[in-house]
Amino acid sequence: MQTRKLLLADGENDPVDAHAQPDRFTANGRDRVLEEIAVQIHCDTDIVAARQKGRVLAASLGFSSSELTLIATAISELARNIVLYAKQGEIVLRLYERGEQRGVMVRARDRGPGIPDVRRALQGGFSTSRSLGLGLPGVRRLMDEFEIESRVGHGTTVTARKWRR
Amino acid sequence: MEVPILKQGPYLIASIQSALSDADLVQLRDALVEQVGRLRSRGVIVDVTALDVMDSFATRTLRDITFMIRLRGAETVIVGIQPDVAFTMVQLGLKLEGVPTALDLEEGIAFLSKKDNGANKEAAPRGR
Repeated sequence: MQTRKLLLADGENDPVDAHAQPDRFTANGRDRVLEEIAVQIHCDTDIVAARQKGRVLAASLGFSSSELTLIATAISELARNIVLYAKQGEIVLRLYERGEQRGVMVRARDRGPGIPDVRRALQGGFSTSRSLGLGLPGVRRLMDEFEIESRVGHGTTVTARKWRR
Repeated sequence: MEVPILKQGPYLIASIQSALSDADLVQLRDALVEQVGRLRSRGVIVDVTALDVMDSFATRTLRDITFMIRLRGAETVIVGIQPDVAFTMVQLGLKLEGVPTALDLEEGIAFLSKKDNGANKEAAPRGR
């Protein structure tokens, strides 16, 4: 089974770089990591913890309050997908710098069942569980860059970024 | 974190104090749907002023609360959705269609009493 990867913004493919250490460059060689935290996701209270940590972290970069709400909501949706579909996983929150720009990256990673049809999962209205079917398309709308890598039987990694304007 | 539910005359007021987990939201739903019958309430106000995030699950649960309580014969109004939260909900495409909303608690109570008065007038016997 091939890994299905879909790149949905002009961002560079960011090979999964395990955990980049702060102040080092990530695998794509362009992003300098300013700060990074990982939140383990096992249950619904972890969803709240992840979005609260994400809000605090992104606030340190000077995002506006409405942008912080968008980011926190995106984290909430991604963390819930982990709880609903994969039972457990992690959310990595990273502040980074690319040239003159700074931004926040949210990466949700699990070793769950994977998504058989990634393209369909990104269309509005499609969902395999009891949701509005807005999880992934919603996150994509809230963030500036969105990319998903999923392999059936192995897991899913969703990476979303938002630049500070 | 359990949400306190206050009885205020014919209405129930659920005043959310902090961020809620999915389980807390479901607990709130079940408590309201039960209490609206036990206390014979005519209306329910859910105050979400303290919520800094309303994602798809929270929105769906608030809609479920409204429709379940309507099926029980009472009216619900959601009050206090913050500007940033409203902005994010619109970006996400979350609409809360069919769910009454009001600016704050005061407006929520005004909405319910107006509804209540209207219903009383309709139920009153008409003069011949």
